[in-house]
Amino acid sequence: MTITGGRTIKVDTLARVEGEGALYIRMAGDRVADVKLKIYEPPRLFEAFLRGRHFSEAPDITARICGICPIAYQMSAVHAIERALGISIDPAVRLLRRLFYCGEWIESHTLHIFMLHAPDYLGYPDVIQMAGDHREVVEKALRLKKIGNRIVHLLGGREIHPISAAVGGFHKTPTKNQVRDLVEDLEWALAASLEAVRWTTTLPFPEFEQDYEFVALRHPDEYPFNEGRLVSNRGIDIEASEYEDRFTELHVKHSNALHSVIRGRGSYHVGPLARFNLNFDKLPEVARKAATDAGLKLPVKNPFRSITVRAVELVFACAEALRVIREYEPPALPRVEAPNRAGVGHAITEAPRGILYHRYAIDDNGLITAAKIIPPTSQNQRRIEDDLREYAAQLVAWPLEEATLKCEQAVRCYDPCISCATHFLKVVIDRD
Amino acid sequence: MLIIGCGNRDRGDDAAGILAAERLRSRGIAAEIYSGESSALLEAWAGAEEVILIDAVQTGSPAGTVHVWDSHQTRPFRTSSGSTHGFGIAEAIELARALGRLPAKLKIYGIEAETLEIGSRLSPEVDRGIDEVVRRVLLDLG
Repeated sequence: MTITGGRTIKVDTLARVEGEGALYIRMAGDRVADVKLKIYEPPRLFEAFLRGRHFSEAPDITARICGICPIAYQMSAVHAIERALGISIDPAVRLLRRLFYCGEWIESHTLHIFMLHAPDYLGYPDVIQMAGDHREVVEKALRLKKIGNRIVHLLGGREIHPISAAVGGFHKTPTKNQVRDLVEDLEWALAASLEAVRWTTTLPFPEFEQDYEFVALRHPDEYPFNEGRLVSNRGIDIEASEYEDRFTELHVKHSNALHSVIRGRGSYHVGPLARFNLNFDKLPEVARKAATDAGLKLPVKNPFRSITVRAVELVFACAEALRVIREYEPPALPRVEAPNRAGVGHAITEAPRGILYHRYAIDDNGLITAAKIIPPTSQNQRRIEDDLREYAAQLVAWPLEEATLKCEQAVRCYDPCISCATHFLKVVIDRD
Repeated sequence: MLIIGCGNRDRGDDAAGILAAERLRSRGIAAEIYSGESSALLEAWAGAEEVILIDAVQTGSPAGTVHVWDSHQTRPFRTSSGSTHGFGIAEAIELARALGRLPAKLKIYGIEAETLEIGSRLSPEVDRGIDEVVRRVLLDLG
């Protein structure tokens, strides 16, 4: 579509992002006149669903927000509510929650690296076309994904919308043998992930770097999942309870989603690049070495390199799962008592796509009076538009069709989870 | 015979596949429930000879219309940009075809959906469509 004095890049339905989205870029000569990433995010109905419900229902309700990262929602929910109630969990439960998160990262990162992102670098419209020429890679990806599914199934009770996570612990915890059964698979997965890191370095990366403010959790002893202070490379260092003092959400006309910004500063970047750049020293040796061998230099500022960083995090998730399994002794009780008590609790955990913030207010009867949920995609959305403003300007000389594809690819670097939990099919019937 | 119902309970008529599986279960027929995420589907039907997949679809037909496709004869689903889901049932079928992992027989029952809004109710036409699919699956099973 061309408009007077310029051209328009328009992608009505973004492929290979979770959910549904649209991208609109208007060029005026060499200048980018307008960038709109439209996100048809379901309005924040879930925050309303939660009001008046007992806190014990929150992990199951919020898990339904996303089919790809339900565990992230459960983890942010249980931690926030445990803080509101003032209860502490058994160290064995804490370990299991890390293992649970490893499973989700393995599932989600595998899906994105191989199925959604790799076709961009290799010049295929999708993984189905890619599978014909790269069968072995796709088969390995499916096996990796399956191993992630196994962990989630063991701890969550089922694969979709896991139901076992509870305030105070789990409804049921696995035996030592059940957990040990995963070792063989995970050893294979660790080797496959290391191979994946090497494989991603053979892909062609556009030269594109941005001066991001990276925001991620940071924990004194570990690569972050469930705990830590929220930090940035420009001086943010706060508790989850201070999140809303430093960050705010803006309504934008063109999108149902809210854009998060740092108060007084603007967009920021959450997800694998942010975690990696801010927590490289907390990665296990095997992951640090893989990253160094792959030529990653801190700070990684090219969003297209996120595919390699995700693969490094896959190495971490496998190594961490194996560590947890070695240390695991079942807790005396699957969960500690969680008696009704009025309070407010906040939590941030690291979903595969970046930080996920939850806040709950609970009354004397244990009923939720207010809930706030800020997913990683709405935190990255403003940043994605900022990237596109820069990137589209570099593409003025490109044929429109190719430039359009390049811009789509730039969006996919963020693995945006645009409208969690949609899986609907549109069908085309070919008639002869 | 492996029977799989796919969908999302929280999105109105998108629950059709799940509800069909549940109604089959209440008649003593084993049926699995999946979200529709493709790698899980590929895993679910690995090794199965005959598979029936039930899901809500949108083709422009009246709500509740029951469609039947044989995955070996037609390619009814548009993948990638045509799908609102990043990686779902259409991709599962086509990826399985590319990798030679399609079950020997894969029959797809599509129930035409009307409303997919989050938190919406099942429409009565789709409710009847689900019963129709259950009846046909029972006939398939003999």
